[in-house]
Amino acid sequence: MIAIDDISALSSHYDLVVVGAGPAGLSAAARAADLGLSVLLADENPAPGGQIYRAVTTTPVVQRDILGEDYWLGAGIAARFERSVASYAARCTVWALGPDETSPGAFELGLSLGSKARMISAAQVILATGAQERPFPIPGWTLPGVMTAGAAQIALKSAGIVPAGRTAIAGCGPLLYLLAGQLAAAGTEIVAVLDTTPRANWAKALAALPDFLRSPYLAKGLKLMAKARRSLRFVSGVTGLAAQGDRQLSGVRIVRGSTAETLACDTLLLHQGVIPSVNLASAAGCALDFDETQHAFVPRVDAWFASSVGGIAIAGDGAGIGGAESAALRGEIAAFDAARKLGRLSEAERDRQAAPFQAELTRRLRGRRFLDLLYKPAAQFLAPPADETIVCRCEEVTAGQVRDAASRLGVTGPNQMKAFLRCGMGPCQGRLCGPTVVELIAQTRGTTPAETGYYRLRPPVKPVTLAELAALPPTDEATKAVVR
Amino acid sequence: MSQLGNSADVIVIGAGIHGCSTALHCALRGLSVILIEKDHAGRHASGVNAGGVRQLARHVAEIPLSNASMALWHDIENLVDDDCGFTSDGQVLVAEDEADLAQCRARVDDLNLRGFHHEEMIDAKELREIVPAVSETCPGGVISRRDGAAIPLRATQAFKRKAQSLGVDVREGVKVTKVEPDGAHWRVVTDAGNLVAPRIVNAAGAWADRIAADLGEPVPLEVIAPMLSITAALPAFIKPVVILRGRKLSFKQFGNGTVLIGGGYLGRAIRDENRTILDWHKLASNVRTVWELFPIMRGAPIVRSWAGIEARMPDDLPVFGRSARHEGVYHQFGFSAHGFQLGPGAGAVMAEIIATGRSNVPIDGLGIARFATQAGSAAHSAR
Repeated sequence: MIAIDDISALSSHYDLVVVGAGPAGLSAAARAADLGLSVLLADENPAPGGQIYRAVTTTPVVQRDILGEDYWLGAGIAARFERSVASYAARCTVWALGPDETSPGAFELGLSLGSKARMISAAQVILATGAQERPFPIPGWTLPGVMTAGAAQIALKSAGIVPAGRTAIAGCGPLLYLLAGQLAAAGTEIVAVLDTTPRANWAKALAALPDFLRSPYLAKGLKLMAKARRSLRFVSGVTGLAAQGDRQLSGVRIVRGSTAETLACDTLLLHQGVIPSVNLASAAGCALDFDETQHAFVPRVDAWFASSVGGIAIAGDGAGIGGAESAALRGEIAAFDAARKLGRLSEAERDRQAAPFQAELTRRLRGRRFLDLLYKPAAQFLAPPADETIVCRCEEVTAGQVRDAASRLGVTGPNQMKAFLRCGMGPCQGRLCGPTVVELIAQTRGTTPAETGYYRLRPPVKPVTLAELAALPPTDEATKAVVR
Repeated sequence: MSQLGNSADVIVIGAGIHGCSTALHCALRGLSVILIEKDHAGRHASGVNAGGVRQLARHVAEIPLSNASMALWHDIENLVDDDCGFTSDGQVLVAEDEADLAQCRARVDDLNLRGFHHEEMIDAKELREIVPAVSETCPGGVISRRDGAAIPLRATQAFKRKAQSLGVDVREGVKVTKVEPDGAHWRVVTDAGNLVAPRIVNAAGAWADRIAADLGEPVPLEVIAPMLSITAALPAFIKPVVILRGRKLSFKQFGNGTVLIGGGYLGRAIRDENRTILDWHKLASNVRTVWELFPIMRGAPIVRSWAGIEARMPDDLPVFGRSARHEGVYHQFGFSAHGFQLGPGAGAVMAEIIATGRSNVPIDGLGIARFATQAGSAAHSAR
């Protein structure tokens, strides 16, 4: 691995640029480098691992059983990448991805590192931007003291920090139980796990149960669930939540059917599953489809994870949630195909070398459908019923405003909604409101999220300062013309 | 009105601010109207432009139309039941040096001779009062005090909704494939059936050359994609819209603190895919001008850049008025990246011409006939 810590040290062109250093990105970059491609792996974080293996090479949490054995699998993936000859730019933001107008078929990427920006080009791109937590808008979720479970996990992994005081964890999905277990092991006082899994989901998920029973998810899931249930107070069948407090969280109101109670707490962690992080793919023009099972917009990819834009592949959870092990496999498979597209592997050779990874991927994904169906969030947590619930945190737009614009002003989609309410126009570019706004419009107009569509994403996908942009080397274009 | 019918007094093709405004004004005059749009109202140039409501620095041929429009902008809520986000804090053209300033003065003198008084010279002192953040070296400029800005998509959709409330049959998601004669009328062939009317208006923006070509009036229309950027919210530091005379820049801070940066730098439009591709090297030049003139902006994060798909004519003037060849055909396109302000007024004038055959607002120099001689080959290359 060649560490790049100054933007001027980047080459102006790579065979392959991989974005994101989670399991998919690390595996794709290592594999592609082994196959002889010139590779840059660009990642925003200070160390490899992505979210699931965040800080696996640097974490201060040394007691292995706190984060669990699965976490430490990431050390092997990171170590293999470090042995490769790929270049690695940490703390590097990729803010633009589009066609390289000077070289047909190639791409131009805008990068920032150390407060400097630069445009480089790549023949192939693999986006391994992973997943993000599904927004969980409830009344009061913007109060200090309320955060996402994922944020708490970042603090734990990267800095060994856990919430102080009484902590409640609410929501659904396998990661909720994992995090509850990790935080409890690290010494957090967890006053309750508030499970919002709708009881009706069990019936829907039942048909997918046989596959799940033969899947690697089963053993892991049962272990997590059993551990959490054994040691923590579990409240199931939660149908309504509201964070309460005056300027600071003081408690959470819990509704279970017709009964309600308030639980005092200092921290409330929210989580209702993860969805693909699609902003960069979408801004690059990759087509998205609404996946009914995962209930999320997912980039359209083929068996090699190639997107609708020739030359851009999407590996890992960014192309549909499959979990860490499957992400690594998908990274490998996408890298084989990148090598084939660049003429380094024949089609037959690609197929032969990728076959074992594909077989393992099929095995790993078995049972996923059961989890998706079981942990699909309830309607009231996707589209908040209380009008005053804030939906877009950047621009402070409420659910009531979105419903009103959709009905009274006839706004049919999220892109028009931006012009009326500014939702999705803040610095997060709709990451935290997009799915909710789509859900509210669909519900109000009696359509589906698929028909409603998603935000058109505009670059820069992550903010870049005016000074950085102004200082783009003006000679870049000239240099490129000379090089090629 | 004919809600489910396929004929009307007027068919307007294109629901940008121009098509919506013309449809609205035709309805106000009692005409039945079908308004057709291939995407949704304001999807392209009308919805994603900088929102400048500007009379400043316009070509003299457009000034009468622009004047008619400005009167409507200042009473916009009465017209469309929505304030369209319109604010009027003036627009200022900044001269960067004395040579620049001399040209400004010549322009304002010329306008005054022609009887137009909306542009006024300002000296360095007044410039600094109005735009305190501008660099010390700028010696003055020109101001148009009644100018301002509005929110483009909101304004366009307000025109659409008002038109609808007056009975206009708005059909979004319907694509015109051909326009042809049908006896004494015009048949508009769409992917959702045929429509017939004695009068049609071509307000199809960046796609209007195709309609014009069907009518045997090819035009050298260029499809362009002017790029814009917006920053995160900053403390308030500037009220009017600022444009430069020499270098390309337009600049506006909204009430919420975000700053819009434009200047007509072009990306690439792919009109058949409704898509644009940005050119970051040109955007870098664009923001470098801001970096030099407004030091306060240097650390501002750019949160979004984009480009709309617009039509530009070789002389940067719109094609506006009757067809040169056919009775009952009207053109209203090619506003060359400065048509947003003209929308309300141009729609009123167009509706007047359609309904009465004439208008007191002079539109000399804007007719399609000016492209008749060079049309054939140029239009071909524009496709």
